[in-house]
Amino acid sequence: MDELLGDFLTETTESLDLVDSELVRFEQDPNNGQILGNIFRLVHTIKGTCGFLGLSRLEALTHAAESLMGKFRDGMPVTADAVTLILSTLDRIKAILGGLQTLQREPDGNDADLIEQLSRMARAEKVAPQLQPAPQQLSHDKPAPERAEAEPVKQAAGETSDKPAGEATEKLASHSIRVSVDTLDHLMTTVSELVLTRNQLLEIVRQHEDSDFKVPLQRLSNVTAELQEGVMKTRMQPIGNAWQKLPRVVRDLSADLGKDIELEMHGADTELDRQVLELVKDPLTHLVRNCADHGIESPAHRLAAGKRRAGTIRLSACHQGGHIIIEIADDGRGLDTARIKAKAIELGLAGEAELAAKTDGEICNFIFAPGFSTASQVTSVSGRGVGMDVVRSNIEQIGGTVDLKSAPGAGTTFTIKIPLTLAIVSALIVEAGGERFAIPQLSVLELVRAGGNGEHRIERIKDTPVLRLRNTLLPLLHLKEVLQLGAPDDDNGFVVVTQVGNQIFGAVVDGVFHTEEIVIKPMSSKLRHIPVFSGTTILGDGSVIMILDPNGVAQALGRAAQAAQAEAGEVKENEEVVKDDKVSLLVFRAGSQQPKAVPLSLVTRLEEIDCRRIEISDGRHLVQYRDQLMPLIRVDAEAGLKKEGSQPILVFSDHGRSMGLVVDEIVDIVEDRLDIEVASNRPGVLGYAVVKGATTEIIDVGHFLPQAFEDWFRRRDASARVARTVLLVDDSAFFRELLAPLIKAAGYHVVAVASAADALTALKSGTRFDLVVTDVEMPEMDGFALAEAMRSMPDAATTPIIALAAMVSAETIERGRAVGFHDFVAKFDRAGLIAAIKEQSADLHQAA
Amino acid sequence: MNDTINGTEYVTFTTGGQLFGLPIERVQDVFKPANITRVPLAAREIAGVLNLRGRIVTAIRLNDRLDLESRAEEAATMAIGIECGAESFGLLVDAVGEVLRLPDGEREANPINLDRKLARVSAGVFRLDGQLLVVLDVDRVLDLGAEAVAA
Repeated sequence: MDELLGDFLTETTESLDLVDSELVRFEQDPNNGQILGNIFRLVHTIKGTCGFLGLSRLEALTHAAESLMGKFRDGMPVTADAVTLILSTLDRIKAILGGLQTLQREPDGNDADLIEQLSRMARAEKVAPQLQPAPQQLSHDKPAPERAEAEPVKQAAGETSDKPAGEATEKLASHSIRVSVDTLDHLMTTVSELVLTRNQLLEIVRQHEDSDFKVPLQRLSNVTAELQEGVMKTRMQPIGNAWQKLPRVVRDLSADLGKDIELEMHGADTELDRQVLELVKDPLTHLVRNCADHGIESPAHRLAAGKRRAGTIRLSACHQGGHIIIEIADDGRGLDTARIKAKAIELGLAGEAELAAKTDGEICNFIFAPGFSTASQVTSVSGRGVGMDVVRSNIEQIGGTVDLKSAPGAGTTFTIKIPLTLAIVSALIVEAGGERFAIPQLSVLELVRAGGNGEHRIERIKDTPVLRLRNTLLPLLHLKEVLQLGAPDDDNGFVVVTQVGNQIFGAVVDGVFHTEEIVIKPMSSKLRHIPVFSGTTILGDGSVIMILDPNGVAQALGRAAQAAQAEAGEVKENEEVVKDDKVSLLVFRAGSQQPKAVPLSLVTRLEEIDCRRIEISDGRHLVQYRDQLMPLIRVDAEAGLKKEGSQPILVFSDHGRSMGLVVDEIVDIVEDRLDIEVASNRPGVLGYAVVKGATTEIIDVGHFLPQAFEDWFRRRDASARVARTVLLVDDSAFFRELLAPLIKAAGYHVVAVASAADALTALKSGTRFDLVVTDVEMPEMDGFALAEAMRSMPDAATTPIIALAAMVSAETIERGRAVGFHDFVAKFDRAGLIAAIKEQSADLHQAA
Repeated sequence: MNDTINGTEYVTFTTGGQLFGLPIERVQDVFKPANITRVPLAAREIAGVLNLRGRIVTAIRLNDRLDLESRAEEAATMAIGIECGAESFGLLVDAVGEVLRLPDGEREANPINLDRKLARVSAGVFRLDGQLLVVLDVDRVLDLGAEAVAA
């Protein structure tokens, strides 16, 4: 009896899923007799079996439903109400089946309400058929999907000749048998063992040249491979099985949300392992719900935006290599990056500076963060931001990746890439610290030989290893270090370029062997807590090795990255990285052969753009960059733009604006002391410094920013609460050129004068200065004399003075304090100067 | 006769100079471990993983597990294979002895002053001729996590 009940449950559940999708199509195409026939047959079968098993509740319910369906079959017009009623009946049936599964008997309850409605509808129709609206108008009356076609369904429904399709399925049924999933799983495990044993045998025979075993073993090997493939096939199921519920989901959603949504499905017959299928079901449903809820706009909004009234969710699946690619796309409003940014800041996921440096794609990925939901209205559909992070982790659990693309106003596309099967994967075998490890091939992008005399060399920015790879900086981590197997060696190794989500990093290993199809064995419970491993496997030679989990390895990188980003944020705040110790400089060539350099911290990104994308407008070079027009500025007139190929540029971003500095070639990133030894009078050049033994021009980025946007600094001023005015006194034009933009960039008005006498004139002119920054050593009247003169002026007696000195000695500080200097800053300490200005003007603010 | 009916068979072994016994029904096999793969970042007592006829076995050094004196690395170690749930474990010990049938009635409770770590995994003590045999509770030996939390 138990077994019978079990069979009944499996069969009925399958049938119900089918009925679900059939019904939705039925509502859209009520005249299709064949669909009606199918549904009727299914309900009828359930009813029949119920009676046989003595399930009275189910029987009564299905009987009532069947009667109504029978009426439809006899030509009664189908109303939307009727479909809704039948759907709720099916829901009730499912609930009873659920109870049946757990209790082994029908749960208590009463279905009189539904039966009453069902039979009333069946009867009412007979009496007053004219009251029912014509079926054709129905789909327009209700915001229901007009058309939701699945490919397999289409071939059954769309054809005019109904019979053959039905016969074909019946024929197929007699050729198939029902096998329990456990049996298949056991078979799979056994085959996995067989594969391993075969591999071991092959390894042994390889060592004995003349072996009698060679030929039979080759045969065994082939048979094993065939068997493996065959068993895998038995576990394969079309992805359409995971989609079956979706038409119903979308139908219900469109009714609930008052939207018109069509569901298109392509490639439903794409097959994948049933284990994977089970695991991907829920994430898929969630994504589709998400598209319907957040993606597709209401009909009014759509029409206003000039789109079709009905939104479309497009589901497609296809094979690609050893993976299956599933796409869920909608033609809705797309993601609102501004809202995502605001939310990311609110949740403390990233700072504003960090966000400004991110691409839209990277920003979109924030929706996968835990607790993230930008829906201002929480609906019952997508819930409270407890979805996307679960979706991602579920997919990553099965070794898959999820990615998204969004175009404002045009829609959002989620792309899921998952392995066909979980049991056997292709893995790269690597060595680190004398041990071998397997890295799943899915996450490996490429291999780079580092060190030696090769093209690639591991470099370090402070303690962080990086690799220059086609003009991008690849963050590296030493596997040896992550696994605590010894000290890293930068000079020799292979970099396994690995992708996890949108993050790409390089794992440095000592050696790389080969790729091998490995059978994943679950990890020992005693090792499961180690995040860098995802499983174990037995190699062909019989040894056991650990499988690395790229996600876990990336976490190690994340820790370093977070610390680094926090630091970078601070540095940016100060606009400069002049510390006592070393500074990372980006060395490049532009125009002349002489190397040029800028502090790396000022550079937002290094880009290579296609020359064909460079446009000329009003004599200025522009390029479309992240949906904005970015001006391209040349370091000097000699530096021409390339005519073809790709043009390397340094991108500087600030407050949502970007400027591209055109360079010929990016040479190096070096860490060195920045000592400007010879100042320069050339605009745009701060001076010259010796960097790595070569005289290098240090570029003043502040000079180029206003060239890109004349109002670059003005915009900043406008945003400052109260712009304060700083009087800058320096006899050297170079320093005035250097410091004025710097102080401006920090949000102050600057009046620059060339002597102490001019300064006094300015102070007497009536202009209110909040702060004076003066050079100490000046001809005729020096800084000390200026300060003394100011003390006797009623308007300027309390104005704070910051002194700039080339040499700061205890003696000068003492003397400065006596005459009333508020602060002393070394001339090249730009960060120190800004800090001092901020401090002094803050005091002022408090005083006022 | 009564003794044989009520008695339990124990696989005996010595490690760190102490004689231990494991109920024979919990012992899957006794083998000489070879090709143990180290697992980085694992707990100290985990020697690594190894392949035993297609099964992956997690090898646990009993000496480290019980804070017993370790013998030199090159000493011939033996492994006692144990199944726990669906997993296989190998307890690495110094030497495996004979199988003894001991009457349940003679098993005594742990002396109250027994080393705490040992007391936690001991299911009692037998007084044999000339030496004491500590009966191990396999499940508690394998419960590394609880130990770590308690420690």
